[in-house]
Amino acid sequence: MKEIILIKNGELVLKGLNRNNFEDTLIRNIKKRLEGCGDFSIKKAQSTIYITPESDAFDFENALTRVGKIFGIAGYCRACVCEKEMADILEKSAPYLENTLRNATTFKVEAKRADKRFQYKSPEICMELGGHLLKNFPHLKVDVHNPDVTVTVEIRDFNAYIRANQIHGAGGLPVGTAGRASILISGGIDSPVAAWCMAKRGLELNAIHFASPPYTSPRAELKVKQLLEKVAAYSGTIRLGIVPFTEIQEEIAKKCPEDYFTLIMRRMMMRISERLSRERNSLALITGESLGQVASQTLPALATTDAVVNMPVLRPLIGMDKDEIVIISRKIDAFEISIQPYEDCCTVFTPKHPKTRPTIEQCEEAEANLDIDALVEKAVAGTQYSYID
Amino acid sequence: MKSVVYLDNSATSMPCQKAIDNINSALCNNWGNPSSLHLMGLNAEIELSDARRIVAKTIGANDDEVFFTSGGTEANNIAIFGAVAARKKRGNRIVTTAIEHPSVLEPIKTLEAQGFEVIYLKPDKNGVVSESDIYNAINEKTILVSIMLVNNEVGSIQPIKVAADAIKKTGAPALLHCDAVQAFGKLNINVASLGVDLLSASGHKIHASKGVGFLYKKKNVHIANLIYGGGQEKGLRSGTEALPLISGLKGAIEEIGNINNNLSKITELRDYAINKLTQNENIVINSAKNSLPYILNISVVGYRSETLLHYLEACDIYVSSGSACAKGHKSYVLNEIGLDAKRIDSALRISFSRFSKKEDIDKLCQALHKACSILRRA
Repeated sequence: MKEIILIKNGELVLKGLNRNNFEDTLIRNIKKRLEGCGDFSIKKAQSTIYITPESDAFDFENALTRVGKIFGIAGYCRACVCEKEMADILEKSAPYLENTLRNATTFKVEAKRADKRFQYKSPEICMELGGHLLKNFPHLKVDVHNPDVTVTVEIRDFNAYIRANQIHGAGGLPVGTAGRASILISGGIDSPVAAWCMAKRGLELNAIHFASPPYTSPRAELKVKQLLEKVAAYSGTIRLGIVPFTEIQEEIAKKCPEDYFTLIMRRMMMRISERLSRERNSLALITGESLGQVASQTLPALATTDAVVNMPVLRPLIGMDKDEIVIISRKIDAFEISIQPYEDCCTVFTPKHPKTRPTIEQCEEAEANLDIDALVEKAVAGTQYSYID
Repeated sequence: MKSVVYLDNSATSMPCQKAIDNINSALCNNWGNPSSLHLMGLNAEIELSDARRIVAKTIGANDDEVFFTSGGTEANNIAIFGAVAARKKRGNRIVTTAIEHPSVLEPIKTLEAQGFEVIYLKPDKNGVVSESDIYNAINEKTILVSIMLVNNEVGSIQPIKVAADAIKKTGAPALLHCDAVQAFGKLNINVASLGVDLLSASGHKIHASKGVGFLYKKKNVHIANLIYGGGQEKGLRSGTEALPLISGLKGAIEEIGNINNNLSKITELRDYAINKLTQNENIVINSAKNSLPYILNISVVGYRSETLLHYLEACDIYVSSGSACAKGHKSYVLNEIGLDAKRIDSALRISFSRFSKKEDIDKLCQALHKACSILRRA
């Protein structure tokens, strides 16, 4: 019995003239993300994408899991390929649906007759197949309103397909269709979630992490890489830049008032991130900030950090509570990594009473003794890159 | 491996050549199952018996009193749960110290949650529990006394013999267990003169491999069984014996040489280190003078342990932070011996092996000196 994966496009079907672009990107992403699952062919027709295994070694389960994490897909399912003949559809239906229907109590049959030349009309298909399945699975009852399983028969150009319930896809837009942006990632709970949220809206991701050895541990870097692997399962390959940040922290500690330490540090991070982003054609910065969560995430504090960059700063979590963020963190399997204790291990530089209502002028005055350009330049030059997929 | 200064031998130690050779040889040429009846099984059994004899000899025990385990943690668990299960009808009290290793404390806390009464003896500032406290804690309802021989963070040596005497004098139905993981191979241990019923040790602290250790169980002392299976190790620890690792442990023991000679060499080295380190005005010594010299706990006051540790690692010098720096997880051992938060936050554990050299200490002192001049104070 031949089985394929059927993929229903998400909201990109609403796009007008650009629709082909969106679809082509989605197909490219699918091809890339299914690499290593075995040989397969891919084609699109009528807002459906067909993935057909081309060898017995195709890892179907693994491919399904991966498809579930590709943005731009509203729903997907596995389906059995039949000849466009009622006899073949009936013959294959019972063995193919056996496992699903054995565990169900109610079902209904739906027919989608895209090929209007098919000799049976939709209600006739439903009656025939429904009757056949009831005969094979006498424990089943028909429920057309709220069935456990909806068996769908699609009659399309070349074949007919039988499938059970469709699975919800990851939604969103295909990664790459919205351009590229840089996520500032610390290793906590929030930033991977923010990265995931923006990848969902079609952004390709670069990541920027600031490392302060020996005040921070090499394990913190490892943790960031592990977190990005979880995000990359959805977003595709991420380019990670690790910025040497020790000297800047030491300079700030030496030359600036203590209560401004975090603000000035964040301003430096933004400046460096903007520079790194422009080099990579990355058009926005993404942060995991949530309003009021900590002292550097008050509105006046955000204003002072935004003031040093000339590109959009996307903050998808800005209106979320911690528990809402944690739900997504768990969903993308990042939470257990995030809560390992390495990130904040060193609090050497954190001020005891950070400024919560700073003004831009105060920040500029506080950082007046820093040679900002030289520090940024040096950090950018020392940044080391790797690719995470 | 490039040349590094490794001063974290109480965490684990570099496998010695004889351990590696023995492991290799067992894996390549003697991989039979000691329980098999055929010749290959016999050859494995002969090596196993030989290893058991050598282990037993180092602690003054009989061969049939040594039971191989996967390491110190497993030996501690078998001893504690096994002893309590065997004696629970005769009493309800367990006596231990507040500075045991987690592989002793956690099993005992689990028993405490099940309703056993636990007395945690407090150490003095030298990290040693007092003889009178031991006597006061042990009563006729005490079924287990578990005290470590050498503390893993500061190196203090506990008066095990006193506990044995106290049990005898009070007539308590207690078994005496000793976690000797940090002492085995470094101090001369004689189970009879210590008066213990149960004693745990591990291989990888003495240049053998991870994954092997043993429990000494005195003849005629009965403890309950935790692990059921094919009845290996006289039923106390079922599971095919890890002969390559056990053979490696044998090799490591044979390479130790004279324990007393090693001890005086390490004492000299430790004293040299104290002398050199305290020339740095930020450094104070946390280990008492009469501790096991293999372990030297210090504080570099004003600097975070973790920061120092990562600074040193960048210089290819490896030590251990005295405390896990994660918020709220300060070293309970240093806390129990009465150090203030500042000293706990800046604690480092330096632990030597017989391969340690004076130059290692010179490099460490140099690096710490430099660290203090460039790192930011906490």
